[in-house]
Amino acid sequence: MTAVADLMDYAEVLERFDPVLGLEVHVELNTDTKMFCGCANLFGGEPNTHVCPTCLGLPGSLPVVNGKAVESAIRIGLALNCEIASWCRFARKNYFYPDMPKNFQTSQYDEPIAFNGYLDVTLDDGEVVRVHIERAHMEEDTGKSLHVGGATGRIHGAEHSLLDYNRAGVPLIEIVTKPIVGTGDRAPEVARAYVTALRDLLRALDVSDVRMDQGSLRCDANVSLMPKGASEFGTRTETKNVNSLRSVERAVRYEMTRQAAVLAAGGHVTQETRHFQEADGSTSSGRTKETAEDYRYFPEPDLVPMAPSAEWIEQLRATLPEMPAVRRDRIRVEWELTAEELRDLFNSGAVELVEATVAAGAKPGEARGWWVNFLAQEANTREVELTALPITPRSVARVIELVGSGELTNKLAREVVKGVLAGEGEPDEVVEKRGLKVVSDDSALLAAVDAALAAQPDVADKIRGGKVQAAGAIVGAVMKATKGQADAKRVRELILQRVAEQ
Amino acid sequence: MTDLTKLTAAELAGKIHAREVSSVEVTQAHLDRIAEVDSFVHAFLHVDADGALAAARAVDDAVGRGDAPASAIAGVPLALKDVLTTKGIPTTCGSRTLEGWIPPYDATVTRKLREAGVPILGKTNMDEFAMGSSTENSAFGVTRNPWDDTRIPGGSGGGSAASIAAFEAPLAIGTDTGGSIRQPGAVTGTVGVKPTYGGVSRYGLVAFSSSLDQAGPCARTVLDAALLHEVIAGHDRMDSTSIDAPVPAVVAAAREGLRGDLTGMKVGVVKEFGGDGYQPGVQRSFEAAVAQLRALGAEVVEVSCPNFTYALPAYYLIAPSECSSNLARFDAMRYGLRVSDDGAHSAEEVMSLTREEGFGAEVKRRIMLGTYALSSGYYDAYYGSAQKVRTLIRRDFDAAFEKVDVLVSPTTPTTAFKIGERVDDPMAMYLADLCTIPANLAGNAAMSVPSGLSDEDGLPVGLQIMAPALADDRLYRVGAAFEAAREPVLDRVPDLTRGGFVPAGALSPAEAAK
Repeated sequence: MTAVADLMDYAEVLERFDPVLGLEVHVELNTDTKMFCGCANLFGGEPNTHVCPTCLGLPGSLPVVNGKAVESAIRIGLALNCEIASWCRFARKNYFYPDMPKNFQTSQYDEPIAFNGYLDVTLDDGEVVRVHIERAHMEEDTGKSLHVGGATGRIHGAEHSLLDYNRAGVPLIEIVTKPIVGTGDRAPEVARAYVTALRDLLRALDVSDVRMDQGSLRCDANVSLMPKGASEFGTRTETKNVNSLRSVERAVRYEMTRQAAVLAAGGHVTQETRHFQEADGSTSSGRTKETAEDYRYFPEPDLVPMAPSAEWIEQLRATLPEMPAVRRDRIRVEWELTAEELRDLFNSGAVELVEATVAAGAKPGEARGWWVNFLAQEANTREVELTALPITPRSVARVIELVGSGELTNKLAREVVKGVLAGEGEPDEVVEKRGLKVVSDDSALLAAVDAALAAQPDVADKIRGGKVQAAGAIVGAVMKATKGQADAKRVRELILQRVAEQ
Repeated sequence: MTDLTKLTAAELAGKIHAREVSSVEVTQAHLDRIAEVDSFVHAFLHVDADGALAAARAVDDAVGRGDAPASAIAGVPLALKDVLTTKGIPTTCGSRTLEGWIPPYDATVTRKLREAGVPILGKTNMDEFAMGSSTENSAFGVTRNPWDDTRIPGGSGGGSAASIAAFEAPLAIGTDTGGSIRQPGAVTGTVGVKPTYGGVSRYGLVAFSSSLDQAGPCARTVLDAALLHEVIAGHDRMDSTSIDAPVPAVVAAAREGLRGDLTGMKVGVVKEFGGDGYQPGVQRSFEAAVAQLRALGAEVVEVSCPNFTYALPAYYLIAPSECSSNLARFDAMRYGLRVSDDGAHSAEEVMSLTREEGFGAEVKRRIMLGTYALSSGYYDAYYGSAQKVRTLIRRDFDAAFEKVDVLVSPTTPTTAFKIGERVDDPMAMYLADLCTIPANLAGNAAMSVPSGLSDEDGLPVGLQIMAPALADDRLYRVGAAFEAAREPVLDRVPDLTRGGFVPAGALSPAEAAK
């Protein structure tokens, strides 16, 4: 049983302490093959089927660097505004663990491929925090252990363990921040926002699946506290197992309140690894770093140094997509959105669709309206992703165009879109087939207006008597008669004109 | 009828390709010889008669069809050091840890040999994980030196060298991390070559020290070594440290050397190697060898390589450091020995107990040395300093090769020492590699060629020739010219089957070890 830790009230924590964060994110690259061999880099699969002598660490096997992984590492470094090493090496990190085939991890130590960068992170209210990046380096993933029996699911106490080496040797990039200071009460939010921004960046680069639930994006959160006004950092803990964005925020907040209680009681924070418990948002003690292993790093003698040329780096820089933060900012300005509208737009997952619709000629506001509201609801009803709806941004743009030119009313436009979604063809075809064109022929409308006025002489009198709002009833009757295909505004004009003439 | 086991690889290849004799006959002759003498010599840990004969038959079939031979040595059988993986054939590295392990893949060297039509007779004995200079560190018993059954055959590749000296194989593959091809060659009167680092793929060579290990040929003549060298060398994309450059024309160089003229060659005698600590008979043999080179037309000068004196200590930091990491994989989890897996011990305990039981004393000594040298706080003083020495040694070589084409020295300070003589004195054992280590640290090419017999004990002495990286051909030219001018040393090796050298009912070293 783990004892329930004393926690300090969050407001009090902030009165007495300043938090310091350090975030280590591991990203599995989406290369076709593993870091050092030709095995498929795929999530899952029958255990021990994506393996070969090299990723199993069989005697005599040797690594060969995956050039595509180096390319991804450099692109990530560039996107994080890092310097790219003109010369760097891999190093061996030596420690024993059953799921690590060679009992050393081929990683990078004092010569990372990318270093000294930053990432600008936008908080929910639009405030921007610059997070400085210490380094981004390449390494290989370990296999997976399944500890069977025992209460904790960890190796200690297990009856036996099963090992799957499919993941062994999958390319990883570890991205380490410099200490993040001065964020005060927003520290937990900054942590979440940083991981979110990093995820969006990596997704834009198309270098990783960035699935926290599948472990292709993993975050370790280092947290320490120092008394208000102090400049020397306190002892930190490293919380592992944080596998959702929300968990990052919760884990940081929990550690702040836990460490504050320890310090306030006159105790010392133990430098250790802690495990995040998804169920109650707490952290529990793992391995203490006092018995920390000496990894005995040394340059990997089985690999030659890498010296990416300036030309290659510039070629890769040219392949970088627009960075998510820059894009958000551009979209906010160009489309004149509030912070809230911007957030909703990005949360809806419709940004690319709206952009494409705008590119096809629609106004940003109308394009956004269609995707974020009507079409998002349709996707929701059908339980599919917005991108999976059978309608193209070009079709949406055409519908918007038809409304703009008065050929469709908003109500008719929705019918047209429904027709497109039902597979009836492009908007113009749907209009044609369903006969949904606005009745813009005044003579046809006048006939309907006259008929409606004749049918309700009392209403006609009221209008004539100055009660202009009474015209609504006549508009309704005309719309009904024209099956909604009339422009209500024009109908109202004709009614008033007719009444005045009579 | 000619004794097929006494012929050189070049002669055998010529006869096989001319259909004067079949590869099956040649291979069978060597298998018979192994059956006859190996219980005594103990050069082999595993003999693959069926596999070797099948490979021989394939060559004979191809020759019978009139196909061009797959290589210049197609059909000539070979002994392979048990540190290179062989698909379907046990690979132990001389260690209990790997007893019974059958690799699922071939080393690149193994693959090239198979593709070249070379029947593999079996796997040869060695110091455990190639750590040693006497083959006494094998977990499977010592190998006897065919020159004197009370003496070591050198190490770590004692089995490969002894198999050739005992006429059990005309060719063998060794690996050389600090002298493991050249020193056994010297003490058995055979030729051994450490190619330029990166010249022969390390894929499938079970690593002792990755930045030093290099596979190479063992043979009875320089030309045979060259023929084998050309088969196993070349760039391999499976080994990142493999050099992407043409293989030096070693066979042409050997043939050129056999003409016996070294006019225009400049030979440097390494001043630091010789004198105190060198056996007088070795010293005298070396001086005679230098005189011989001069007589062949070479210009001989003395060259100083002052940092070579630091090579041995630097080596004993770098090699153990890398080995401590390379051997970490032997943890009982995936292959090889597993002890105490009884449900009562944790995974960590099984790892620890397996390593305790699976590794011999020398391997443990080096793992501990290396673990210490890489430890935080000691890294700069030990591993870091050793790497600097390595750079200085490379510079010594560079400076020397500005003045001369090749360097020469004795291969090893003494002739073959007695079995058991140095087992309790690691420092004395380590000195056997004093002259061979610099070439490993710098990565350049080196050869040991028989220089004659020591006048005081009648045992073989080796002449070491060193050349710059990628100039392996110079070794062969000088080595072949020297060899041609000397009496063949192996003509005087005792006949193991006549004169009672193999006593009736003699215990094999493996049996004696039990």
